[in-house]
Amino acid sequence: MIEIKDLCKTFGNNIVLKDLTLTINDGETKVVIGRSGVGKSVFLKNIVGILRPDSGSIKINGQEATELSERDYNKFRMEMGMVFQGGALFDSLNVAENVSFVLDEFMQLDKKIVRDRVEESLGLVGLQGIEEMMPSELSGGMKKRVSLARALCMKPQMIFYDEPTTGVDPITADAINNLIIDLGRKLQVTSIVVTHDMNSAYKVADSIAMFYHGRVIAEGGPDEIRNTRHPVVKQFIHGEAHGPITDNENLIYGHSH
Amino acid sequence: MITNILYRFVKYVGELTLLFGMTMYHIFTPPVKMYRVLSQAKRIGPGSFLIAALVAFFIGMIMALQMEYLLLEISDDIYIPSVVAVSLTRELAPVLTALIVAGRIGAGITAEIGSMTVTEQVDALRAFAVNPVKYLVVPRFLGLVIMLPILTVFADLVGIMGGFVICVYKLYISPTLYFTMVTEALTVKDIVTGLTKTICFGAIIALVGCHQGLNVQSGAEGVGRSTTTAVVISFILIIIADCFFTTLFYFILRV
Ligand SMILES: Nc1ncnc2c1ncn2[C@@H]1O[C@H](COP(=O)(O)OP(=O)(O)OP(=O)(O)O)[C@@H](O)[C@H]1O
Ligand SMILES: [Mg+2]
Repeated sequence: MIEIKDLCKTFGNNIVLKDLTLTINDGETKVVIGRSGVGKSVFLKNIVGILRPDSGSIKINGQEATELSERDYNKFRMEMGMVFQGGALFDSLNVAENVSFVLDEFMQLDKKIVRDRVEESLGLVGLQGIEEMMPSELSGGMKKRVSLARALCMKPQMIFYDEPTTGVDPITADAINNLIIDLGRKLQVTSIVVTHDMNSAYKVADSIAMFYHGRVIAEGGPDEIRNTRHPVVKQFIHGEAHGPITDNENLIYGHSH
Repeated sequence: MITNILYRFVKYVGELTLLFGMTMYHIFTPPVKMYRVLSQAKRIGPGSFLIAALVAFFIGMIMALQMEYLLLEISDDIYIPSVVAVSLTRELAPVLTALIVAGRIGAGITAEIGSMTVTEQVDALRAFAVNPVKYLVVPRFLGLVIMLPILTVFADLVGIMGGFVICVYKLYISPTLYFTMVTEALTVKDIVTGLTKTICFGAIIALVGCHQGLNVQSGAEGVGRSTTTAVVISFILIIIADCFFTTLFYFILRV
Protein backbone atom coordinates (compact mmCIF):
# COMPACT_ATOMS: atom_id res chain seq x y z
CA MET A 1 0.00 0.00 0.00
CA ILE A 2 1.22 3.46 -0.87
CA GLU A 3 -0.14 6.34 1.17
CA ILE A 4 0.73 9.86 0.12
CA LYS A 5 -0.28 12.67 2.39
CA ASP A 6 0.08 16.43 1.93
CA LEU A 7 2.90 16.03 -0.53
CA CYS A 8 4.51 19.32 -1.58
CA LYS A 9 7.14 19.81 -4.23
CA THR A 10 8.38 23.06 -5.69
CA PHE A 11 11.15 23.89 -8.13
CA GLY A 12 12.28 27.43 -7.41
CA ASN A 13 9.13 29.50 -7.78
CA ASN A 14 7.29 26.76 -9.59
CA ILE A 15 4.86 25.11 -7.19
CA VAL A 16 4.22 21.72 -8.73
CA LEU A 17 2.61 19.56 -6.05
CA LYS A 18 0.71 21.23 -3.28
CA ASP A 19 -0.71 19.15 -0.42
CA LEU A 20 -1.39 16.21 -2.64
CA THR A 21 -3.06 13.28 -0.91
CA LEU A 22 -3.64 9.91 -2.53
CA THR A 23 -3.76 6.29 -1.41
CA ILE A 24 -3.06 3.30 -3.61
CA ASN A 25 -4.14 -0.01 -2.12
CA ASP A 26 -2.37 -3.31 -2.59
CA GLY A 27 -3.15 -4.79 -5.95
CA GLU A 28 -4.94 -1.67 -7.07
CA THR A 29 -4.35 0.01 -10.43
CA LYS A 30 -4.59 3.74 -9.97
CA VAL A 31 -4.71 5.85 -13.09
CA VAL A 32 -3.47 9.41 -12.80
CA ILE A 33 -4.66 11.94 -15.32
CA GLY A 34 -4.08 15.65 -15.60
CA ARG A 35 -2.80 18.29 -17.93
CA SER A 36 0.69 18.36 -19.26
CA GLY A 37 3.01 19.91 -16.70
CA VAL A 38 0.70 19.34 -13.76
CA GLY A 39 3.34 17.21 -12.08
CA LYS A 40 2.42 13.61 -12.82
CA SER A 41 5.97 12.56 -13.62
CA VAL A 42 7.26 14.52 -10.64
CA PHE A 43 4.74 12.67 -8.50
CA LEU A 44 6.03 9.27 -9.61
CA LYS A 45 9.62 10.33 -9.14
CA ASN A 46 8.83 11.37 -5.59
CA ILE A 47 7.46 7.93 -4.82
CA VAL A 48 10.51 6.20 -6.29
CA GLY A 49 12.70 8.59 -4.32
CA ILE A 50 14.53 10.09 -7.30
CA LEU A 51 13.11 13.43 -6.23
CA ARG A 52 12.56 14.18 -2.59
CA PRO A 53 9.46 16.10 -1.49
CA ASP A 54 9.72 19.45 0.27
CA SER A 55 7.19 18.30 2.83
CA GLY A 56 4.50 15.71 3.33
CA SER A 57 4.58 12.02 3.85
CA ILE A 58 4.94 8.99 1.63
CA LYS A 59 4.25 5.69 3.36
CA ILE A 60 5.13 2.54 1.50
CA ASN A 61 3.74 -0.62 3.09
CA GLY A 62 3.25 1.34 6.27
CA GLN A 63 6.81 2.67 6.45
CA GLU A 64 7.64 6.33 6.08
CA ALA A 65 9.92 6.72 3.08
CA THR A 66 10.62 10.44 2.84
CA GLU A 67 13.23 10.44 5.58
CA LEU A 68 15.10 7.40 4.32
CA SER A 69 18.67 7.61 3.13
CA GLU A 70 19.43 6.74 -0.46
CA ARG A 71 20.68 3.34 0.64
CA ASP A 72 17.66 2.45 2.76
CA TYR A 73 15.38 3.56 -0.03
CA ASN A 74 16.89 0.90 -2.24
CA LYS A 75 15.08 -1.74 -0.21
CA PHE A 76 11.81 -0.33 -1.57
CA ARG A 77 13.21 0.25 -5.02
CA MET A 78 13.97 -3.43 -5.36
CA GLU A 79 10.21 -3.92 -5.25
CA MET A 80 9.45 -1.09 -7.66
CA GLY A 81 9.51 -1.06 -11.42
CA MET A 82 9.42 2.25 -13.19
CA VAL A 83 8.64 2.88 -16.84
CA PHE A 84 9.99 6.32 -17.62
CA GLN A 85 8.12 8.67 -19.87
CA GLY A 86 11.08 8.90 -22.23
CA GLY A 87 12.04 5.25 -21.88
CA ALA A 88 15.40 6.07 -20.27
CA LEU A 89 17.05 3.00 -21.74
CA PHE A 90 20.76 2.73 -21.07
CA ASP A 91 22.18 3.52 -24.46
CA SER A 92 25.52 1.84 -23.90
CA LEU A 93 23.76 -1.49 -23.35
CA ASN A 94 21.87 -3.55 -25.90
CA VAL A 95 18.22 -4.48 -25.48
CA ALA A 96 18.87 -7.76 -23.66
CA GLU A 97 21.31 -6.10 -21.25
CA ASN A 98 18.82 -3.33 -20.63
CA VAL A 99 16.03 -5.74 -19.84
CA SER A 100 18.16 -7.92 -17.58
CA PHE A 101 19.81 -4.90 -15.96
CA VAL A 102 18.54 -5.48 -12.46
CA LEU A 103 19.10 -9.22 -12.63
CA ASP A 104 22.68 -8.71 -13.77
CA GLU A 105 23.29 -6.09 -11.16
CA PHE A 106 21.94 -7.83 -8.08
CA MET A 107 21.55 -11.53 -8.74
CA GLN A 108 24.05 -14.16 -9.68
CA LEU A 109 21.84 -16.09 -12.03
CA ASP A 110 22.65 -18.62 -14.63
CA LYS A 111 23.07 -17.12 -18.12
CA LYS A 112 20.38 -19.40 -19.48
CA ILE A 113 17.85 -18.34 -16.83
CA VAL A 114 18.58 -14.68 -17.53
CA ARG A 115 18.15 -15.22 -21.24
CA ASP A 116 14.80 -16.90 -20.69
CA ARG A 117 13.61 -14.13 -18.39
CA VAL A 118 14.61 -11.52 -20.96
CA GLU A 119 12.82 -13.38 -23.72
CA GLU A 120 9.74 -13.80 -21.55
CA SER A 121 9.64 -10.11 -20.59
CA LEU A 122 10.09 -8.97 -24.17
CA GLY A 123 7.41 -11.42 -25.21
CA LEU A 124 4.98 -9.85 -22.77
CA VAL A 125 5.31 -6.51 -24.56
CA GLY A 126 5.14 -8.13 -27.99
CA LEU A 127 8.78 -7.92 -28.97
CA GLN A 128 11.09 -10.67 -30.13
CA GLY A 129 14.41 -11.14 -31.83
CA ILE A 130 15.69 -7.67 -30.97
CA GLU A 131 17.90 -8.72 -28.05
CA GLU A 132 21.11 -7.70 -29.79
CA MET A 133 19.93 -4.31 -31.01
CA MET A 134 21.07 -1.07 -29.41
CA PRO A 135 18.50 1.43 -28.10
CA SER A 136 19.50 3.94 -30.80
CA GLU A 137 18.34 1.45 -33.43
CA LEU A 138 14.82 1.17 -32.02
CA SER A 139 11.71 3.13 -32.88
CA GLY A 140 10.13 5.33 -30.21
CA GLY A 141 7.37 2.87 -29.45
CA MET A 142 9.80 -0.03 -29.28
CA LYS A 143 11.90 1.89 -26.76
CA LYS A 144 8.82 2.39 -24.64
CA ARG A 145 8.08 -1.32 -24.72
CA VAL A 146 11.66 -2.34 -23.95
CA SER A 147 11.51 0.04 -21.03
CA LEU A 148 8.33 -1.71 -19.91
CA ALA A 149 9.99 -5.10 -20.32
CA ARG A 150 12.91 -3.89 -18.22
CA ALA A 151 10.53 -3.01 -15.41
CA LEU A 152 8.71 -6.34 -15.70
CA CYS A 153 11.86 -8.43 -15.77
CA MET A 154 12.55 -7.83 -12.09
CA LYS A 155 9.04 -8.98 -11.19
CA PRO A 156 8.30 -6.02 -8.95
CA GLN A 157 5.49 -5.70 -6.44
CA MET A 158 4.76 -2.15 -7.54
CA ILE A 159 4.95 -0.75 -11.05
CA PHE A 160 4.78 2.89 -12.03
CA TYR A 161 3.97 3.51 -15.65
CA ASP A 162 4.62 6.97 -17.02
CA GLU A 163 2.51 7.05 -20.19
CA PRO A 164 3.08 3.43 -21.23
CA THR A 165 0.92 3.64 -24.34
CA THR A 166 2.02 7.01 -25.72
CA GLY A 167 3.75 6.64 -29.05
CA VAL A 168 2.64 3.03 -29.39
CA ASP A 169 0.30 1.84 -32.15
CA PRO A 170 -3.33 1.16 -31.11
CA ILE A 171 -3.04 -2.62 -31.32
CA THR A 172 0.06 -2.77 -29.17
CA ALA A 173 -1.44 -0.17 -26.86
CA ASP A 174 -4.37 -2.46 -26.25
CA ALA A 175 -2.04 -5.36 -25.57
CA ILE A 176 -0.20 -3.21 -23.03
CA ASN A 177 -3.52 -2.30 -21.41
CA ASN A 178 -4.33 -5.98 -21.09
CA LEU A 179 -0.91 -6.63 -19.66
CA ILE A 180 -1.41 -3.95 -17.01
CA ILE A 181 -4.78 -5.44 -16.11
CA ASP A 182 -3.35 -8.95 -15.93
CA LEU A 183 -0.49 -7.90 -13.70
CA GLY A 184 -2.95 -6.31 -11.32
CA ARG A 185 -5.50 -9.12 -11.31
CA LYS A 186 -3.26 -12.16 -11.43
CA LEU A 187 -0.14 -11.04 -9.65
CA GLN A 188 -1.66 -8.45 -7.34
CA VAL A 189 0.81 -5.86 -8.56
CA THR A 190 0.15 -2.38 -7.20
CA SER A 191 0.34 0.07 -10.08
CA ILE A 192 0.13 3.72 -10.85
CA VAL A 193 -0.52 4.49 -14.49
CA VAL A 194 -0.03 8.00 -15.77
CA THR A 195 -1.75 8.43 -19.07
CA HIS A 196 -3.34 10.92 -21.45
CA ASP A 197 -5.21 8.17 -23.24
CA MET A 198 -8.70 8.18 -21.73
CA ASN A 199 -9.71 4.88 -23.35
CA SER A 200 -6.75 3.21 -21.77
CA ALA A 201 -7.53 4.94 -18.47
CA TYR A 202 -11.10 3.63 -18.35
CA LYS A 203 -9.96 0.20 -19.34
CA VAL A 204 -7.15 -0.44 -16.88
CA ALA A 205 -8.22 1.64 -13.89
CA ASP A 206 -9.60 0.39 -10.63
CA SER A 207 -9.74 4.03 -9.79
CA ILE A 208 -8.84 7.27 -11.51
CA ALA A 209 -7.40 10.38 -9.88
CA MET A 210 -7.23 13.70 -11.63
CA PHE A 211 -4.47 16.14 -10.72
CA TYR A 212 -5.17 19.84 -11.01
CA HIS A 213 -3.06 22.67 -9.64
CA GLY A 214 -0.94 20.32 -7.59
CA ARG A 215 -3.84 18.51 -5.95
CA VAL A 216 -6.20 15.63 -6.58
CA ILE A 217 -9.46 17.29 -7.53
CA ALA A 218 -11.43 14.19 -8.36
CA GLU A 219 -11.05 10.53 -7.62
CA GLY A 220 -13.31 7.60 -8.38
CA GLY A 221 -13.96 4.49 -10.40
CA PRO A 222 -13.89 4.69 -14.22
CA ASP A 223 -17.65 5.06 -14.45
CA GLU A 224 -17.80 7.72 -11.80
CA ILE A 225 -15.20 9.76 -13.65
CA ARG A 226 -16.78 9.16 -17.02
CA ASN A 227 -20.12 10.46 -15.80
CA THR A 228 -18.77 13.20 -13.59
CA ARG A 229 -20.49 16.53 -13.24
CA HIS A 230 -17.34 18.26 -12.07
CA PRO A 231 -16.83 20.95 -14.73
CA VAL A 232 -13.04 20.80 -14.69
CA VAL A 233 -12.90 17.03 -14.94
CA LYS A 234 -15.57 17.06 -17.57
CA GLN A 235 -13.68 19.47 -19.75
CA PHE A 236 -10.51 17.44 -19.36
CA ILE A 237 -11.86 13.99 -20.11
CA HIS A 238 -13.76 15.22 -23.11
CA GLY A 239 -10.76 17.13 -24.31
CA GLU A 240 -12.48 20.44 -24.93
CA ALA A 241 -10.50 23.57 -25.61
CA HIS A 242 -13.11 25.74 -23.90
CA GLY A 243 -14.12 25.39 -20.30
CA PRO A 244 -13.18 26.25 -16.74
CA ILE A 245 -9.58 24.99 -17.06
CA THR A 246 -8.76 27.25 -19.99
CA ASP A 247 -10.92 30.23 -19.07
CA ASN A 248 -8.01 32.24 -17.79
CA GLU A 249 -5.62 31.08 -20.44
CA ASN A 250 -4.98 32.65 -23.76
CA LEU A 251 -4.68 29.49 -25.77
CA ILE A 252 -3.34 30.12 -29.21
CA TYR A 253 -5.86 27.74 -30.66
CA GLY A 254 -8.88 28.86 -28.70
CA HIS A 255 -8.97 32.51 -27.71
CA SER A 256 -10.65 32.90 -24.40
CA HIS A 257 -13.47 35.34 -24.58
CA MET B 1 34.09 39.92 -7.40
CA ILE B 2 37.25 38.22 -6.13
CA THR B 3 35.45 36.90 -3.07
CA ASN B 4 32.73 35.58 -5.32
CA ILE B 5 35.19 33.66 -7.47
CA LEU B 6 36.97 32.40 -4.38
CA TYR B 7 33.67 31.32 -2.86
CA ARG B 8 32.70 29.42 -6.00
CA PHE B 9 36.10 27.80 -6.20
CA VAL B 10 35.96 26.63 -2.61
CA LYS B 11 32.40 25.39 -3.08
CA TYR B 12 33.40 23.50 -6.20
CA VAL B 13 36.39 21.89 -4.54
CA GLY B 14 34.08 20.97 -1.67
CA GLU B 15 31.69 19.24 -4.04
CA LEU B 16 34.55 17.40 -5.69
CA THR B 17 35.84 16.29 -2.31
CA LEU B 18 32.39 14.98 -1.47
CA LEU B 19 32.27 13.06 -4.74
CA PHE B 20 35.78 11.78 -4.01
CA GLY B 21 34.62 10.58 -0.60
CA MET B 22 31.66 8.75 -2.08
CA THR B 23 33.86 7.24 -4.76
CA MET B 24 36.33 5.96 -2.15
CA TYR B 25 33.46 4.58 -0.10
CA HIS B 26 32.15 2.62 -3.06
CA ILE B 27 35.59 1.43 -4.09
CA PHE B 28 35.97 -0.22 -0.71
CA THR B 29 32.45 -1.62 -0.42
CA PRO B 30 32.15 -4.76 -2.49
CA PRO B 31 31.18 -5.80 -5.02
CA VAL B 32 33.32 -3.75 -7.37
CA LYS B 33 32.92 -5.09 -10.88
CA MET B 34 36.45 -5.25 -12.25
CA TYR B 35 35.38 -5.84 -15.83
CA ARG B 36 33.79 -2.41 -15.80
CA VAL B 37 37.06 -0.84 -14.67
CA LEU B 38 38.91 -2.73 -17.37
CA SER B 39 36.52 -1.66 -20.08
CA GLN B 40 36.99 1.97 -19.02
CA ALA B 41 40.77 1.53 -18.92
CA LYS B 42 40.61 0.10 -22.43
CA ARG B 43 38.77 3.18 -23.64
CA ILE B 44 41.29 5.51 -22.04
CA GLY B 45 44.53 3.75 -22.85
CA PRO B 46 45.13 2.75 -26.46
CA GLY B 47 43.66 5.85 -28.02
CA SER B 48 45.77 8.14 -25.87
CA PHE B 49 49.14 6.43 -26.39
CA LEU B 50 49.79 7.85 -29.82
CA ILE B 51 49.01 11.46 -29.05
CA ALA B 52 50.82 11.28 -25.69
CA ALA B 53 53.85 9.77 -27.45
CA LEU B 54 53.79 12.38 -30.17
CA VAL B 55 53.72 15.25 -27.71
CA ALA B 56 56.35 13.71 -25.44
CA PHE B 57 58.67 13.01 -28.34
CA PHE B 58 58.59 16.57 -29.58
CA ILE B 59 58.87 17.99 -26.09
CA GLY B 60 61.98 15.84 -25.60
CA MET B 61 63.45 17.25 -28.80
CA ILE B 62 62.49 20.82 -28.00
CA MET B 63 63.96 20.52 -24.51
CA ALA B 64 67.26 19.28 -25.90
CA LEU B 65 67.40 22.08 -28.45
CA GLN B 66 66.52 24.77 -25.93
CA MET B 67 69.09 23.44 -23.48
CA GLU B 68 71.71 23.53 -26.16
CA TYR B 69 70.90 27.17 -26.84
CA LEU B 70 71.05 27.95 -23.12
CA LEU B 71 74.16 26.00 -22.34
CA LEU B 72 76.04 27.17 -25.42
CA GLU B 73 77.92 29.78 -23.42
CA ILE B 74 78.91 27.42 -20.65
CA SER B 75 79.46 24.77 -23.28
CA ASP B 76 78.36 21.87 -21.19
CA ASP B 77 76.35 19.91 -23.73
CA ILE B 78 77.09 16.84 -21.77
CA TYR B 79 74.44 17.70 -19.16
CA ILE B 80 71.64 18.03 -21.66
CA PRO B 81 70.54 14.39 -21.41
CA SER B 82 70.31 14.69 -17.64
CA VAL B 83 68.26 17.86 -17.76
CA VAL B 84 65.93 16.44 -20.38
CA ALA B 85 65.39 13.20 -18.48
CA VAL B 86 64.85 14.76 -15.07
CA SER B 87 62.54 17.56 -16.15
CA LEU B 88 60.54 15.18 -18.28
CA THR B 89 59.94 12.60 -15.60
CA ARG B 90 59.42 15.02 -12.76
CA GLU B 91 57.36 17.62 -14.48
CA LEU B 92 56.69 17.75 -18.17
CA ALA B 93 55.51 14.28 -19.03
CA PRO B 94 53.07 14.01 -16.09
CA VAL B 95 51.53 17.43 -16.69
CA LEU B 96 51.35 17.29 -20.48
CA THR B 97 49.97 13.77 -20.49
CA ALA B 98 47.39 14.77 -17.91
CA LEU B 99 46.34 17.77 -19.98
CA ILE B 100 46.02 15.65 -23.10
CA VAL B 101 43.95 13.06 -21.28
CA ALA B 102 41.79 15.77 -19.68
CA GLY B 103 41.00 17.07 -23.15
CA ARG B 104 40.46 13.68 -24.72
CA ILE B 105 38.95 11.58 -21.96
CA GLY B 106 37.66 14.05 -19.38
CA ALA B 107 35.54 15.79 -21.99
CA GLY B 108 34.27 12.44 -23.20
CA ILE B 109 33.28 11.40 -19.70
CA THR B 110 31.29 14.59 -19.19
CA ALA B 111 29.56 14.29 -22.53
CA GLU B 112 28.64 10.67 -21.91
CA ILE B 113 27.41 11.02 -18.34
CA GLY B 114 25.84 14.37 -19.16
CA SER B 115 23.71 12.90 -21.90
CA MET B 116 22.74 10.08 -19.56
CA THR B 117 21.65 12.69 -17.04
CA VAL B 118 19.47 14.65 -19.45
CA THR B 119 17.82 11.52 -20.85
CA GLU B 120 16.96 10.36 -17.31
CA GLN B 121 19.26 7.36 -17.50
CA VAL B 122 20.90 8.42 -14.26
CA ASP B 123 17.46 8.67 -12.67
CA ALA B 124 16.70 5.22 -14.03
CA LEU B 125 19.83 3.85 -12.38
CA ARG B 126 18.68 5.20 -9.05
CA ALA B 127 15.14 3.94 -9.61
CA PHE B 128 16.61 0.46 -10.08
CA ALA B 129 18.49 0.76 -6.79
CA VAL B 130 21.86 1.20 -8.50
CA ASN B 131 24.06 3.94 -7.14
CA PRO B 132 25.25 6.19 -10.00
CA VAL B 133 28.55 6.83 -8.23
CA LYS B 134 29.25 3.13 -8.00
CA TYR B 135 28.07 2.38 -11.50
CA LEU B 136 29.43 5.37 -13.39
CA VAL B 137 32.09 7.15 -11.36
CA VAL B 138 34.05 4.31 -9.77
CA PRO B 139 35.02 2.51 -13.01
CA ARG B 140 36.08 5.76 -14.67
CA PHE B 141 37.97 6.89 -11.60
CA LEU B 142 39.88 3.62 -11.27
CA GLY B 143 40.41 3.42 -15.01
CA LEU B 144 42.05 6.83 -15.09
CA VAL B 145 44.03 6.38 -11.89
CA ILE B 146 45.47 3.16 -13.34
CA MET B 147 45.98 4.25 -16.93
CA LEU B 148 47.40 7.73 -16.48
CA PRO B 149 50.59 6.56 -14.69
CA ILE B 150 51.11 3.91 -17.37
CA LEU B 151 50.68 6.51 -20.08
CA THR B 152 53.07 8.81 -18.27
CA VAL B 153 55.82 6.20 -17.95
CA PHE B 154 55.42 5.60 -21.64
CA ALA B 155 55.60 9.34 -22.32
CA ASP B 156 58.75 9.55 -20.17
CA LEU B 157 60.44 6.94 -22.32
CA VAL B 158 59.34 8.45 -25.62
CA GLY B 159 60.36 11.91 -24.45
CA ILE B 160 63.81 10.67 -23.58
CA MET B 161 64.01 9.20 -27.07
CA GLY B 162 63.11 12.62 -28.45
CA GLY B 163 66.04 14.09 -26.57
CA PHE B 164 68.17 11.24 -27.87
CA VAL B 165 67.48 12.16 -31.48
CA ILE B 166 68.70 15.74 -31.00
CA CYS B 167 71.62 14.89 -28.75
CA VAL B 168 72.96 12.13 -30.95
CA TYR B 169 72.28 13.50 -34.42
CA LYS B 170 72.74 17.20 -33.84
CA LEU B 171 75.00 17.53 -30.83
CA TYR B 172 77.03 14.42 -31.61
CA ILE B 173 76.86 12.95 -28.14
CA SER B 174 77.44 9.22 -28.43
CA PRO B 175 74.37 7.03 -27.82
CA THR B 176 75.99 5.16 -24.92
CA LEU B 177 76.99 8.40 -23.28
CA TYR B 178 73.44 9.70 -23.70
CA PHE B 179 71.95 6.75 -21.88
CA THR B 180 74.67 6.76 -19.24
CA MET B 181 73.93 10.41 -18.50
CA VAL B 182 70.19 9.75 -18.42
CA THR B 183 70.39 6.79 -16.05
CA GLU B 184 72.87 8.52 -13.81
CA ALA B 185 70.74 11.62 -13.47
CA LEU B 186 67.46 9.83 -12.97
CA THR B 187 66.77 8.53 -9.51
CA VAL B 188 63.87 6.52 -8.22
CA LYS B 189 62.48 9.52 -6.44
CA ASP B 190 62.16 11.45 -9.71
CA ILE B 191 60.03 8.70 -11.13
CA VAL B 192 58.04 8.27 -7.91
CA THR B 193 57.26 11.96 -7.54
CA GLY B 194 56.26 12.12 -11.19
CA LEU B 195 53.92 9.20 -10.82
CA THR B 196 52.42 10.37 -7.53
CA LYS B 197 51.35 13.54 -9.26
CA THR B 198 49.94 11.51 -12.08
CA ILE B 199 47.67 9.50 -9.82
CA CYS B 200 46.30 12.73 -8.43
CA PHE B 201 45.83 14.19 -11.92
CA GLY B 202 43.95 11.07 -12.98
CA ALA B 203 41.64 11.47 -9.99
CA ILE B 204 41.06 15.14 -10.85
CA ILE B 205 40.18 14.36 -14.46
CA ALA B 206 37.76 11.60 -13.49
CA LEU B 207 36.09 13.49 -10.67
CA VAL B 208 35.69 16.75 -12.60
CA GLY B 209 34.44 14.90 -15.67
CA CYS B 210 31.89 12.89 -13.71
CA HIS B 211 30.82 15.80 -11.53
CA GLN B 212 30.13 18.01 -14.53
CA GLY B 213 28.28 15.20 -16.25
CA LEU B 214 26.08 14.37 -13.28
CA ASN B 215 25.21 18.03 -12.78
CA VAL B 216 24.20 18.95 -16.30
CA GLN B 217 21.23 21.24 -16.04
CA SER B 218 19.38 21.33 -19.29
CA GLY B 219 19.41 19.49 -22.55
CA ALA B 220 22.00 19.14 -25.26
CA GLU B 221 23.16 22.72 -24.84
CA GLY B 222 23.84 22.04 -21.16
CA VAL B 223 25.89 18.96 -22.06
CA GLY B 224 28.01 21.05 -24.42
CA ARG B 225 28.55 23.75 -21.86
CA SER B 226 29.42 21.27 -19.12
CA THR B 227 31.91 19.53 -21.37
CA THR B 228 33.76 22.75 -22.08
CA THR B 229 33.71 23.68 -18.43
CA ALA B 230 34.99 20.25 -17.43
CA VAL B 231 38.08 20.66 -19.60
CA VAL B 232 38.77 24.17 -18.34
CA ILE B 233 38.35 23.20 -14.69
CA SER B 234 40.48 20.08 -15.11
CA PHE B 235 43.27 22.17 -16.65
CA ILE B 236 43.16 24.69 -13.84
CA LEU B 237 43.05 22.09 -11.09
CA ILE B 238 45.84 20.05 -12.67
CA ILE B 239 48.11 23.07 -12.83
CA ILE B 240 47.27 24.08 -9.26
CA ALA B 241 47.81 20.53 -8.04
CA ASP B 242 51.10 20.37 -9.89
CA CYS B 243 52.30 23.56 -8.28
CA PHE B 244 51.23 22.20 -4.91
CA PHE B 245 53.03 18.90 -5.39
CA THR B 246 56.20 20.49 -6.69
CA THR B 247 56.30 22.72 -3.64
CA LEU B 248 55.54 19.81 -1.37
CA PHE B 249 58.15 17.48 -2.83
CA TYR B 250 60.91 19.94 -3.37
CA PHE B 251 60.64 22.44 -0.55
CA ILE B 252 58.97 20.48 2.21
CA LEU B 253 59.84 16.83 1.76
CA ARG B 254 63.11 17.73 0.03
CA VAL B 255 62.91 14.95 -2.51
N1 LIG C 1 14.04 18.46 -12.51
C1 LIG C 1 13.21 19.52 -12.59
N2 LIG C 1 13.67 20.76 -12.32
C2 LIG C 1 12.84 21.82 -12.38
N3 LIG C 1 11.56 21.76 -12.72
C3 LIG C 1 11.03 20.57 -13.02
C4 LIG C 1 11.83 19.38 -12.97
N4 LIG C 1 11.06 18.33 -13.31
C5 LIG C 1 9.84 18.83 -13.56
N5 LIG C 1 9.81 20.17 -13.39
C6 LIG C 1 8.64 21.03 -13.53
O1 LIG C 1 7.57 20.42 -12.86
C7 LIG C 1 6.37 20.59 -13.59
C8 LIG C 1 5.69 19.26 -13.76
O2 LIG C 1 6.45 18.45 -14.61
P1 LIG C 1 6.05 16.95 -14.95
O3 LIG C 1 7.12 16.41 -15.82
O4 LIG C 1 5.74 16.22 -13.72
O5 LIG C 1 4.72 17.14 -15.79
P2 LIG C 1 3.74 16.02 -16.30
O6 LIG C 1 2.47 16.17 -15.54
O7 LIG C 1 4.40 14.70 -16.24
O8 LIG C 1 3.51 16.47 -17.79
P3 LIG C 1 3.42 15.57 -19.11
O9 LIG C 1 2.04 15.06 -19.16
O10 LIG C 1 3.70 16.53 -20.20
O11 LIG C 1 4.45 14.50 -18.98
C9 LIG C 1 6.73 21.27 -14.88
O12 LIG C 1 6.33 22.62 -14.77
C10 LIG C 1 8.22 21.20 -14.97
O13 LIG C 1 8.72 22.39 -15.48
MG1 LIG D 1 5.23 13.42 -17.52
